[in-house]
Amino acid sequence: MDIKHIYTKTMKSIILKGIVIILFGFLSSCATDDTQIVARFTELVMADEFDTEGAPNSAIWGYDIGTGDNGWGNNELQYYTDRSENVTVQNGVLIITAKEEAFNGASYTSARLLTKGKFEQTYGRFEARMRLPYGKGLWPAFWLLGDDSNGTEVWPQIGEIDIMEYVGDEPTIMFGTVHGPGYSGGESIGKPYQLENDRFDTGFHVFGVEWGPNYINYYVDDVLYNQITPDDVPGEWVFNRGPFYIILNLAVGGALPGSPNEETVFPQTLLVDYVRVYKNSNN
Amino acid sequence: MSGKLEHTYTLILENKDIMKNRTFIYSKLTTIFTLAIIITTISCERDLSNEAEFATFPADGSVFLDAFSSGLNYFPFVDAGADPFAFTVVSDDVFSGSGAMRFDVPSFGNGFVGATFNTTSNRDLSGFDALTFYAKASQSASINSIGFGISGDTENKYIVELNGLEIDTNWDKYTIPIPDASKLFNETGLFWLAEGASFAEDEGGYVLWFDEIKFEKLGTVSQPRPKIFNGESLSEQSFTGSSITITGLTQTFNLGSGDNQTVAIAPSYFDFSSSDIEVARVSERGEISIIGDGTAEITATLGGVLAEGSLSITSSGGLESAPTPTFSQANVKSIFSDAYVNDTESNFTPGFGGSTTETSTPTSNGDSFLSYTNNNFTGILFENTIDASGLTFLHVDVYVQEAGINVGLQIRDIGANQVIETDTNTGFPIADDKDFRFDLTDLTAGQWTSFEIPLAGDIASQKNNLGALIITGGPNFILDNIYFYTP
Repeated sequence: MDIKHIYTKTMKSIILKGIVIILFGFLSSCATDDTQIVARFTELVMADEFDTEGAPNSAIWGYDIGTGDNGWGNNELQYYTDRSENVTVQNGVLIITAKEEAFNGASYTSARLLTKGKFEQTYGRFEARMRLPYGKGLWPAFWLLGDDSNGTEVWPQIGEIDIMEYVGDEPTIMFGTVHGPGYSGGESIGKPYQLENDRFDTGFHVFGVEWGPNYINYYVDDVLYNQITPDDVPGEWVFNRGPFYIILNLAVGGALPGSPNEETVFPQTLLVDYVRVYKNSNN
Repeated sequence: MSGKLEHTYTLILENKDIMKNRTFIYSKLTTIFTLAIIITTISCERDLSNEAEFATFPADGSVFLDAFSSGLNYFPFVDAGADPFAFTVVSDDVFSGSGAMRFDVPSFGNGFVGATFNTTSNRDLSGFDALTFYAKASQSASINSIGFGISGDTENKYIVELNGLEIDTNWDKYTIPIPDASKLFNETGLFWLAEGASFAEDEGGYVLWFDEIKFEKLGTVSQPRPKIFNGESLSEQSFTGSSITITGLTQTFNLGSGDNQTVAIAPSYFDFSSSDIEVARVSERGEISIIGDGTAEITATLGGVLAEGSLSITSSGGLESAPTPTFSQANVKSIFSDAYVNDTESNFTPGFGGSTTETSTPTSNGDSFLSYTNNNFTGILFENTIDASGLTFLHVDVYVQEAGINVGLQIRDIGANQVIETDTNTGFPIADDKDFRFDLTDLTAGQWTSFEIPLAGDIASQKNNLGALIITGGPNFILDNIYFYTP
């Protein structure tokens, strides 16, 4: 029943969009088509549309605060806070803001939200519609981390699925990656995806994975650009166990993006229109 | 190009139908109305306006692919000293296709490469976001100036200039962003450059190649950050009848490569505004006219984006001219005066490290003045030294708008080696330099005070290489009629 209902809705929207495209397609080439034909999991489990102004919904989101160990393991430069200057919901969008300011010994502040202990799931379709920041040293991420079974397991054994990473000095390129035992950090397995005649910091794009037993499919908008299976990783496949939780953050500096330079403009924002999680209604 | 013509043709046909059939008119109008609504609600960036749909000029972005594009001509800057024979079209060294542009940059002292490529077939460039080309050089080089938008008909109304473009010995693609393409619906100046050896050690005697020069819609030229006054927030005292030119006009885009690209651009790309149009007004060409007393803040936007930088003008009403000098030109070696021919040109904005001074040369009633704001120390550097052996005085007129202002003046002889040498700790001259210092005091607010400063002290016996005036104090004052003389 559910399937039928969704099918009808999709058909409707396709028909409507078709009309719009026929009439006005030659004038408007910038509207992003949100219909995820590359994704098959359609049973919505959790969605945050960020429609309530103020702090994000505390039933879904918690925070990492501070600088972690060694800049969250990456020599990152920011101090994460849960202040409204760094994280707020306005006009239907979650805004994570990286600021250049002296704060508790750090030179930058930003925010990192996570659903640990609030929403965790094994397998599913995880997607977010986001507009990314730009400039050297900016490093936004939308990713999943395996539950650590109350601290009995450690990274990379717990597994990490990076749905979207991006560095602000390459505004047309994002990458999706997995980390596990024997393939973590610099040896992680993933792939970049580059936009043609467009960039990630000027409009919203959908970043997602569809994750099932023995596979993770990566997509951006309506493009399926990678599939990772146990055959692709040189170590144990750690993605068929336990639930994973969601992390959304905007890092500044660190090993991957390098430090901001004098041309980097602050503040910078990561805008999130929605985060949606689906499960496969067939099993 | 053919697509555009077809489209226009269809529109004409539709118009004919409208004439014949009333019912059809109604439905057409509805469609057009719906179109307009859809455009405003669903478009997420500036779309072509309805008027632009009917643009007369072809949206042809090609400049030089393998040969001159439609209507293109070569106009070397011969009057400025450019070598007209430095440019050829070659087929032996191309990036793609059958032809490329080649410029032979002369060695130092033998002219330069400089030309604009304009078309007689005016183009609508409003659908593009950048001029792109491939280039290489026979050695690593930095092109002094390159861009588009030179037009005699419009006095370069939409000129764009990229300075110091680094070219290496491999074919690479380069991008010059369009500051605001919506302005460029009727353009003739498609490409220009000026490159030569500016000094003996500068690169010269080498070859530059260009290929596939065209306007493109890259879709990745973004994050505009326009600036006026180079992004600084300035303040300046002024007076009714004077005018000030807005300088430091740039547009910066982040390119798809992640690199920022800044271009110097014409004022007409900006929309200027004054916070009080009874005090100051700004023309489309970026000329500020002071028309009343009070304060006004000058700001600008470009394509809807607020430009960084501003000017706060405080006008005290009209400024009378300084007393007209009476000495004959033969008795005078002038630095700055409307009454005399200059003995040498000078640099009035030396930009000393640590200096906070803002200098401008406003005019009132046809008279020019030197206006100093927020001065701590600055100077006037003479391009050629002045031999004042036969002269005995320096004249200067000073105007202040408030009481209690004192200005320090140091007359510097820079010696036979023609170099300013200063002890950076004490500020005093060293090596073969000498100076004489004099304070301009007892200034009355709202009027000119004239000073006749003897060439005395250490420069009494060494004044044949006068090279600079150092100016301290203030902080706000106006100078005029600066000249050395003998009565």
